[in-house]
Amino acid sequence: MSTLLFILPFLIVYSIVVIYAERKLSAFMQDRLGPMEVGPYGLLQTVADLLKLLQKEEIVPAKAELWLFKAAPLLIFVAVFAGFAVLPLSPSWSGSSISTGLFFLLAIVSMDVIGILMAGWSSNNKYSVLGAMRAAAQLISYEVPLGLSVLCVVIVTQTLDLQAICFQQGTHSHIPSYLLGIKALGQTNTWGGFFTWNVFRMPLLFFAWIIFFISSLAESNRTPFDLPEAEAEIVAGFQTEYSGFRWGIIMLAEYAMMLLVSLLGTILFFGGWNTPFPNMGSTLLLADWTTGPVWGIFWMILKAFLLVITQIWVRWSLPRLRVDQLMSLSWKYLTPISLILIILCGFWKLF
Amino acid sequence: MKDKSTYWSDISLTASSVYTGLRLTLSHLLKARKSRIPVAIKDPNYFALQEGISTIQYPHETIPVPDHGRYQLHNEIDDCIVCDKCAKICPVDCIDIVPIKSAEEIGKTSDGTPKRIYAAKFDIDMAKCCFCGLCTTVCPTECLTMTKKYDFSVFDIRDHNFVFGDMTEAQIKEKKENWEEHQRNKTAAATPPVVTATENNTESNEAPPAVPGAKPVFRPRVMKPAAPPTTETPKEEAKEITEKKEETASLTPPPATPSKPVFRPKIMKPVVPPPAVPDSKQEDKAEEKEATPPAPAPAVRPVFRPKIKPPGQNPPAES
Repeated sequence: MSTLLFILPFLIVYSIVVIYAERKLSAFMQDRLGPMEVGPYGLLQTVADLLKLLQKEEIVPAKAELWLFKAAPLLIFVAVFAGFAVLPLSPSWSGSSISTGLFFLLAIVSMDVIGILMAGWSSNNKYSVLGAMRAAAQLISYEVPLGLSVLCVVIVTQTLDLQAICFQQGTHSHIPSYLLGIKALGQTNTWGGFFTWNVFRMPLLFFAWIIFFISSLAESNRTPFDLPEAEAEIVAGFQTEYSGFRWGIIMLAEYAMMLLVSLLGTILFFGGWNTPFPNMGSTLLLADWTTGPVWGIFWMILKAFLLVITQIWVRWSLPRLRVDQLMSLSWKYLTPISLILIILCGFWKLF
Repeated sequence: MKDKSTYWSDISLTASSVYTGLRLTLSHLLKARKSRIPVAIKDPNYFALQEGISTIQYPHETIPVPDHGRYQLHNEIDDCIVCDKCAKICPVDCIDIVPIKSAEEIGKTSDGTPKRIYAAKFDIDMAKCCFCGLCTTVCPTECLTMTKKYDFSVFDIRDHNFVFGDMTEAQIKEKKENWEEHQRNKTAAATPPVVTATENNTESNEAPPAVPGAKPVFRPRVMKPAAPPTTETPKEEAKEITEKKEETASLTPPPATPSKPVFRPKIMKPVVPPPAVPDSKQEDKAEEKEATPPAPAPAVRPVFRPKIKPPGQNPPAES
């Protein structure tokens, strides 16, 4: 449980850094410079924006459902933030050690939909309602491929405990892990490093990860799946009527969601807090040297950041999907493929 | 079968387009390590610079502007002869000039043109300016130019009014008084012949300063004693005309000076009023025609004529 002490302040710092990074990366991709004026290289731009946001007047529409309107952003953030409770940060710092941690995480994150619906409906604004309806439809649809791709990992690891999943992907594991999942290629338990990561223990999980990644983009309402807040179509969707601190909370929840799905992707597919460096022979024990409480946090955050940057990269490369395309992608492509992957993983596990 | 093939081809199409898009943005991201150097448009490499960050951080760095850039107006007031041409041609009336004439030449411009008028006020309101450049084209001394300075935004729009006149209030007052003094002297100098003529004329000469705009009124009075002193009045006329020449050369009539030549062009008014005035006018003309042979004014006439032409043409039309 004590991981919250780390995660809550980290989330603030993270969102400041990532918003800056997003603005910079998007600028570079478009041959611009991005923020340059506030602080050296515009480093303090996000801080300035945050200060501005905190000072802004909070306007509640006269016809809004006051309490639902006020509670909705908090509910959105709480739903996302509760998901962080079960994340392990390092071998010795495991968060809430629920044996059904993964299930809890997916379940509590789905609560997000309630907050978004509340926000959209209580705003008493057609754009907000449209955005909220889109968000609900999208989140519920993409829960399915997300859950199925996670199920692939669960079939392979045989556990819902995130810390146990992390342990399996390192040198501490008692379960034998084979190179590329093929016994003939030899056991990699002593090697550690990236060889024991789930995507290397079980190559099929790489495809599961792609489905997981696409679904997680949709779950965190990021472009190309940002239909709930499609600014070109419905102003800002369910956020339209929000201003000041409460809008800031919604944005914080969005970026927290990005981090959460990235951390989850890291844990499920890329070894969690495990080091990417393998042990070389008996003298060059890179894996052992780079494993520890602080190293764990470092690797975890680094991998999650790489995934967040990938999300940013995707956001600034691809255009937004249409509503019907969104649904067809989820139900006609991702869901069947992930079902097939589950079957394949199950068979692989049998042999 | 066909459906199945489109299903898989859709997936491969999606994969390839996503890959293309991601690769494109990544290549731009990697090229963003370099910034384009801001070069002038005349640089041969100007269009070769296609890669890297194209942002120019404006106040800190700028694209070089050509030396013949046509942006902010500048008036070199020392070279300005205050001819008022720029103010006249300006389509948006952004140039505001208040001239004060001087009795004698006040200096020369750098190209040797004599200056005869002080610029009590030479304001250019860049907020109104449409950057057409007509004023610089008509400027006879080329003192009014467009400069390459383009960043002159201000917080108060009134600051967009650029003041080029460099005279102080005291100077303006002094020059004005000088000119009025000069005008008085001139009228005084013009009186003696009239005084010698008749007493009636002295009366009429006192009248003009009192009623400056009353020329048509004043004229008939001169005409009353016309029979005896006709020989005198033409001379007076001729003198006026010579004065007029000086005036027309400078083009700008000073405001509220009691001098006759100034309101001469206003003689156009008689076109409208009752027949009494045209009568006197025609007589005027007749006098002038009579007067010109003895007076040394033939050279004057062509200068003066174009001005008076509209009224001159009109009376015949009436008659």
